[in-house]
Amino acid sequence: MKISFPHMGTSHIAFKHLIENLGHEAVVPPTPSKHTLSLGVQYAPEFACIPFKILLGSYLEVLERGAEMIISSGGVGPCRAGLYGMVHEKILRDLGYDVELLIFEPPLRGIVDFLKKIGRVIRPNGIGWGEFIKIFKTSWLKLVALDETEILSHQIRPYEVNRGETTRVFEECLSLIDKAWTREEILEAKHEAERKLRAIEQKQDYNPLRIGIIGEIYVVLEPFINLDIEKTLGEMGVETHRSIYLTDWTRDNTVFDGEKDIKKAARPYLNQLIGGHGINSIGETVLYAKNGFDGVIQLAPFTCIPEIVAKSILPQVSKKFDIPVMTIFLDEQTGKAGIQTRLEAFVDLLQQKREKRGVDVERVSGN
Amino acid sequence: MSRTIGIPATLTYYSYFPFWQTFFTRLGYKVIASPLSSKQIVDWGVKETVNDACIPIKLFHGHVVALRDKVDYLFIPRMVSVDGKATFCPKFLGLPDMIRASIAGLPRLIDERIELKNGARGLLKTCYKIGSNLKETPAKILRAYWAACKAHWQYQKLLIQGVLPGEILHQQEIVAVHDRRSAVNLAVLGYPYEVHDPFISVNLLQHLAAMNVKVWTVEMVPTHVLAKFRHCLPKNLFWHYSNRVVWACYYYLRQPIDGIIHVSAFGCGPDAMVDKLIELEAKKHNMPFMTLTIDEHTGEAGAVTRLEAFIDMVMFRRENR
Ligand code: SF4
Ligand code: SF4
Repeated sequence: MKISFPHMGTSHIAFKHLIENLGHEAVVPPTPSKHTLSLGVQYAPEFACIPFKILLGSYLEVLERGAEMIISSGGVGPCRAGLYGMVHEKILRDLGYDVELLIFEPPLRGIVDFLKKIGRVIRPNGIGWGEFIKIFKTSWLKLVALDETEILSHQIRPYEVNRGETTRVFEECLSLIDKAWTREEILEAKHEAERKLRAIEQKQDYNPLRIGIIGEIYVVLEPFINLDIEKTLGEMGVETHRSIYLTDWTRDNTVFDGEKDIKKAARPYLNQLIGGHGINSIGETVLYAKNGFDGVIQLAPFTCIPEIVAKSILPQVSKKFDIPVMTIFLDEQTGKAGIQTRLEAFVDLLQQKREKRGVDVERVSGN
Repeated sequence: MSRTIGIPATLTYYSYFPFWQTFFTRLGYKVIASPLSSKQIVDWGVKETVNDACIPIKLFHGHVVALRDKVDYLFIPRMVSVDGKATFCPKFLGLPDMIRASIAGLPRLIDERIELKNGARGLLKTCYKIGSNLKETPAKILRAYWAACKAHWQYQKLLIQGVLPGEILHQQEIVAVHDRRSAVNLAVLGYPYEVHDPFISVNLLQHLAAMNVKVWTVEMVPTHVLAKFRHCLPKNLFWHYSNRVVWACYYYLRQPIDGIIHVSAFGCGPDAMVDKLIELEAKKHNMPFMTLTIDEHTGEAGAVTRLEAFIDMVMFRRENR
């Protein structure tokens, strides 16, 4: 069967691995582009959040390439993401596509349904459960390797001597990991990637500004929508720390000690789960402040419900902890030039703030 | 001792005001509702709210400002859920926090969490908490609770009979059309704080009445009838009011109506889903459908023109059937 899935950052490399190992043909969604977005915008409701539109556009693209099944995730709310699948399916049907959308709800909601859906994918090729688990684990390992490589790239980029080198090397690393097939190969590729990144020529005695990136998961993960914010900042000499990675719960995080910690930090300001990453945005800002970060940038889709709630509360947190917070709402009209200017102004502000505090740092190159 | 409680006249006001008014009055408080939405109130709200918020939330901030200096307490419960399953829109969930963070000089807030998992018992418990925080005795709270329930049932009864919330809550005069045979029958679906707020709906209901339209709203369908439609979607929406709108759509599509108008706020998150779902469903039934999107800049004249065009189309179809 020809199977496809959503595009989210670098994760398609791992999903492709999973699908192909299960004996299907993977229709890898193209990196989202203007074309993807305009397809999505054309058929999605006007006020759907941008992730909804991009996903819809992606689905239309992979359907053109012959995908017969699309696998995606559901959710339990209270935000819209959990309903994406149902509405996407209705729209696609209305457009006359006869596609199967296999939406995985969290297993706790109904383990039978969850297993049935996995069965739906593995049975046609006669793959047993034991084998499935093995394949799944290897794919997961790949996902972890991808995330760790990316984390490292964001740490190194601000120090690079030759602008753009990190990004170039990072691309090489991705294709290394993409080619790795067995467990051993993946581990090896990961080490090789790390070695390559560390070999990049770096500035010494440089103390970059540090910015935490918070917000809604999809726009935080997908560089196309967030206009490559981490790369842009990195090349301005700023170190970014991102609050969300797909493989988060398996990694020790230096800033956050798990969800519970984040919620606790948020409680004095927002004492209610509001879906999406709303409560995280508050809690993470508190924790970034406590960990000595210079500033925080909140990324949110236009009309994103939880992030709007978070945004209206953030000024209070920002004042209390004396940490500047900038919110960027993203929609199909957001342009790269506008964002660039806003980022430069924000970085300038943080720089001045640092100088006022009397910290002696090398001037961040800002163009 | 201070004895006035303010209730902002928007959002859940249209569903539960009679309940809370009776409850607090019986506890010996004077209940003050903010005045009807107006330009002034919207302007206050716009000033205090993040500009990405939807108009109902901005308006709510405005209503809070309107009450701020007039009362000793503000009643802004955290509305989480009234049936143990669907929650309110996430903006409702974070409302007390948003208000605290954005408006200065607030009186004391009563922001008890309302999350009813087991129906009436849960509500009594919540009322008990609110009452005892105000230092009232259990007996008095219980009596107030009973009176409040009765007021609520009474209100519900009127709504189901077809009386509009506006007619009850703000004695608004709407010359409602009653003869459904001669009139155009339209289901006007949307959240009560949009459809029944004459200001944000740009006097929609009055205009429709003047055009000889018999209006059918979500509130006119008893909850147990709506609930029959809860299996129509493979997965229900997560939000209380949104589910009611979708279910009402399914209900009215099986009634002899001539068309559907969906009233929706600019930038409303849940409605992006709701609007598409009912649009597709109406299409399936070959039912005329129109969305009226409203925000603080919506012009009354433009809206009326669109309504007229829609009604002409509906009439034309009816005559040619
Ligand atoms: S969190 Fe925001 S972007 Fe995600 S589904 Fe909810 S509204 Fe949409
Ligand atoms: S349901 Fe829509 S209109 Fe109502 S508060 Fe939520 S976003 Fe605003």
